[in-house]
Amino acid sequence: MDYVFPNEENVIWTVMIVLYPYITGLVAGAFIVSSLYHLFGREELKPVARFSLGSAFVFLLFAPMPLLVHLGHPERAFNIMITPHFTSAMAGFGFIYTAYLVLVVLELWFVLRSDLIARAKGKGLIAFLCRAAVFFDLYEDDATRAVDHKIVKVLAGIGIPMACLLHGYVGFLFGSIKANPWWSTPLMFVIFIFSAIVSGISVLIFHYFVVSKINGWKVDIPCVRSMGKYLWGFMIVAVSLEALEILSIAYKQTEEWDVLSRLIEEKLMFSYVVLQFFIFSLIPFFILAVTALFKLSDRMANALTWIAATMLLVQVLLMRWNVVIGGQLLSKSLRGFTSYFPGIWEKEGLITAAVIFTLPFGILYLFHRLVSLFPDVEKTRVA
Amino acid sequence: MRDKRITRRAVLKGLAAAPGLLLLPIGPIRPAQGEEAAGYDWTKHYWGYAVDTTKCIGCCACMRACRAENDVPKGHFRTWVERYRIRLDGQVDVDTAAHDDNFVFREVEGDVAKAFFVPKLCNHCEKSVCSQVCPVGASYTTKDGVVLVDKKHCIGCGYCIQACPYGTRFLNPETHTADKCTLCYHRITKGLLPACVQACPVGARLFGDLNDPNSHLSMILRQQRYRLLRPEMGTHPKCFYIGLDKEVV
Repeated sequence: MDYVFPNEENVIWTVMIVLYPYITGLVAGAFIVSSLYHLFGREELKPVARFSLGSAFVFLLFAPMPLLVHLGHPERAFNIMITPHFTSAMAGFGFIYTAYLVLVVLELWFVLRSDLIARAKGKGLIAFLCRAAVFFDLYEDDATRAVDHKIVKVLAGIGIPMACLLHGYVGFLFGSIKANPWWSTPLMFVIFIFSAIVSGISVLIFHYFVVSKINGWKVDIPCVRSMGKYLWGFMIVAVSLEALEILSIAYKQTEEWDVLSRLIEEKLMFSYVVLQFFIFSLIPFFILAVTALFKLSDRMANALTWIAATMLLVQVLLMRWNVVIGGQLLSKSLRGFTSYFPGIWEKEGLITAAVIFTLPFGILYLFHRLVSLFPDVEKTRVA
Repeated sequence: MRDKRITRRAVLKGLAAAPGLLLLPIGPIRPAQGEEAAGYDWTKHYWGYAVDTTKCIGCCACMRACRAENDVPKGHFRTWVERYRIRLDGQVDVDTAAHDDNFVFREVEGDVAKAFFVPKLCNHCEKSVCSQVCPVGASYTTKDGVVLVDKKHCIGCGYCIQACPYGTRFLNPETHTADKCTLCYHRITKGLLPACVQACPVGARLFGDLNDPNSHLSMILRQQRYRLLRPEMGTHPKCFYIGLDKEVV
């Protein structure tokens, strides 16, 4: 008979804690795409370079939101920086997050400085805000632009390990909890980094197509092709690692497999095996393989890439769900399981999650109204 | 009259010192507040606990005493009693007295080979993983070996609840902070017994000072064979289980 410890009837980390690593993953992934252009000179990614950095910025702004909603005492949130307890991995959050936010803001500022100066020369509130943003210094020439470019390159270089740290740290939080056999694996750190990159590229492809469609822009084909190939490569690594993790436990048949196999069979068969692996990993894998290996019409290739990216966005969300919620369904008695599904209207429910996830897109739109995130886009109407 | 002009040197000095101000709030973690009795010296004791599973009769007086003493919210438990019934075919049936701190009569299918009760509580581990993972130092171990939560400092993140291998912590729905057994710190620092130990009619729960070789607990631990819960976790629990069956996790 199943037995759950009496304090484990309720799941402690709710859908908010599913959302938190999901959003930080989008940040890390989007940042890495921007760095592929700024640092590694992947010129074909230029059309989305600013957009990706802007996306990283707005998602980063909202990354702590689910945590604040979740905390029992959000008004004490700054205790994590005022009295950090450094034996805890979580104590690093405030510092890692702040450092990364400063870096992204700085990089964005240097990337946008020319545009801000151009907007600052007009009249009105927006122009005044732009003047304030560049500290009322409107001078620029080729030399200043070259310096800006150099600084952006350096910041992008520092940003990559920091993006990995920000998101790998989230994986480490779970992977280091030895009390939970579903979480406790050193692979978790790496899995989180790769799945972050997958989700970041996916959200950029998804959003780029949507924005282009709404505005009647023609998407940049080499850019989309390149992102599709990167997505294919990174998703192969991410899904392989996810599969390796469970296969190694299953193959070793250690004591914990007894209960983990039951967890998969009884609780996670649909969300983990059917959805995460078979539908939302295998299908995008084949789709992206087809777009990468075969010569297709642009229209067909675009459609397939968008479908694969959208599916992978869901795949990573499912992965977060199966890790965060799946691990908590397993009782520490190792004899039974609890259950969880978020309510719609409750404080940590689906509506709150949807609002937190949607807001960054709105802020990104406002941001785009201020300074164009697609300066080089070919604004030709699709015939 | 003093020259009050702001010089470049003074500004630079100030700027150089400014980052130091950021470090000011990062002070030592606050010690226990408001739990121990006045005049109590926590360096003179090292508290431990033992459960004699061969004696427990499953009356759950301990659970009711704990709830009354510590105002534990309904549906949450600082301590509980588990009932094990192991059938002849080896199947294990476990439940707990979660219904109003009493066991509900429930028959087990098949023949029962052995049955026993196991009281559970915080293990007050020597290397407590809950204190380790607390990001703000609100969960901490006192010098006399008791793991406590500073409710005025806890942010309610739940990390300690996830990290505890024994499921003994919960998020208090009234204080919105982590909650757990304190070994009735407010009582033991006055020389009293924890409420559960006081209430146990058969002496299945034992409490004492591990620093004192002549304490009842120290003597029992010298004489009896005991086990720890999940020793592979490396937490070094200070709750010792006498006569524990291998099925108990």
